[in-house]
Amino acid sequence: MPEPLLNIAGLDAHYGDFQALYGIDMTVAEGEVIAIIGANGAGKTTLMRSISGLLTNAAEQVAFKGRPIGNLRADQVAYLGIALVPEGRQLFPSLSVEENLLLGGKVARPGPWSLSKVFELFPILKERRAQPSTSLSGGQQQMVAIGRALMANPELILFDEISLGLAPVIIKSIYEALPGIVGEGMTAMIVEQDISKALAVSSRVYCLQEGRVSLEGTTGTVTRDQITAAYFGVDA
Amino acid sequence: MEWINAVVQGVLLGGLYALFAAGLSLIFGVMRLVNIAHGDLIVLAAYLGLSTTMMLGVHPFVALLIVMPAMAGIGYVLQRGLLNQTLGDDILPPLLVTFGLSVIIQNALLEAYSADPLKLSGGAIETASLSVGGLAIGVLPLLTFAVAVAAIALLQWVFYATSLGRGFRAVSDNQDIAQLMGLNRAHVFGLAMALALAVTAIAGILLGVRTSFDPSVGGGRLIFGFEAVIIGGLGNLWGTLAGGVILGVAQTIGAKIDPGWQLLAGHVAFLVVLAARPNGLFPRVEH
Repeated sequence: MPEPLLNIAGLDAHYGDFQALYGIDMTVAEGEVIAIIGANGAGKTTLMRSISGLLTNAAEQVAFKGRPIGNLRADQVAYLGIALVPEGRQLFPSLSVEENLLLGGKVARPGPWSLSKVFELFPILKERRAQPSTSLSGGQQQMVAIGRALMANPELILFDEISLGLAPVIIKSIYEALPGIVGEGMTAMIVEQDISKALAVSSRVYCLQEGRVSLEGTTGTVTRDQITAAYFGVDA
Repeated sequence: MEWINAVVQGVLLGGLYALFAAGLSLIFGVMRLVNIAHGDLIVLAAYLGLSTTMMLGVHPFVALLIVMPAMAGIGYVLQRGLLNQTLGDDILPPLLVTFGLSVIIQNALLEAYSADPLKLSGGAIETASLSVGGLAIGVLPLLTFAVAVAAIALLQWVFYATSLGRGFRAVSDNQDIAQLMGLNRAHVFGLAMALALAVTAIAGILLGVRTSFDPSVGGGRLIFGFEAVIIGGLGNLWGTLAGGVILGVAQTIGAKIDPGWQLLAGHVAFLVVLAARPNGLFPRVEH
């Protein structure tokens, strides 16, 4: 078996005295699209924060391309090729749309994504490029957040709750853009509350429950009942 | 005519106050740090200028070539070595630490240079003046004002038109997300302090050429800087220049009425603005 792109081994994440993740094991191979599902408070966002370096852990608990990165800061992780589209967009209000995107490109790893490529993917952003980022609609802000992460040309892109708080038609268009993104050879992890959306775009799924992996499988083989049991912790 | 003269002198004096304030405004804007030692750092720059002029025998303005990078270096090291550790949700630790720093700088200067008032010798420029429509305008105050405008225009350009400034604004908006974009907050803060103290170096040299100074005058410069920032509105650099000018004009008009009222008039103007417009005259517009 080839070296996995991302290897998470026995990840315990804490916020002060509170333990949010308990011994998470996870592997992600290059080119995979992984769905992470689970109820509120299951630890999905904590997992994203741990991988991206916003939460630091023991070095060997997270390995990227064979290199332990669990103890690195987020800016160091970014340069290694992991980008996060954070929950709730979190654009920089002092920066225009274009400046938000350019800041995402600060890491400037070599790769296909550039400002013009992002504008090609989301043409509306080109029209709005000079506007303050927070003057956009929620869906457009999500496009900026995705574009900002792509600008770094990451090898692994993490999407945290990208459909949260958006209108269904917007969610649909954003999910339609996903194949164009991962089609460039990028590996993706998608945290999503909408299980059918998550399963539709992913090849494998992990379900978290109260900080532990409660289910793991390829999307074709896991059944609805298994997911329900893993999601809610009850036998269906 | 005398009143017009007082206003003109006040405007030019305001340039110096704006230079005192620009560094304060910058670091508060980027990292929400209120630097109580700022006035003492201005005085430190003046002393560094003095040592440079004495050792190399150069004009104080030439000494800036050494003092500016020196102060920028001190700023970077100070920020990364000390002040970054004080930043967090609590605003008290940076206040206490910079207050302590203020005491340390004052006493170190006292130890190194004694308490005697000293002055930087600017030569002929100190007494040169231009005659404009019956007013005698000093070349040095005019130059100070021009430098203040240029410094603020430059800071404004750095802030809004360069990738460094983009980083400053992003870190100021959201430190975690900026970190995700590959910006190391500790380094960005260090650069912001370096830039702020480079401006402080200019302020210190111009202060030292204008008046005599001793290790204890930092506190007063800090107050003037604070007042200029607050009058102008937090986070607005051009507002800071306007704040400095208002403060300067209030002081010179106060002095015109009665020489003893100079400082009081400045403080009263500050309080009036604070009472009428608590956010300052030109607060930064939040999107």
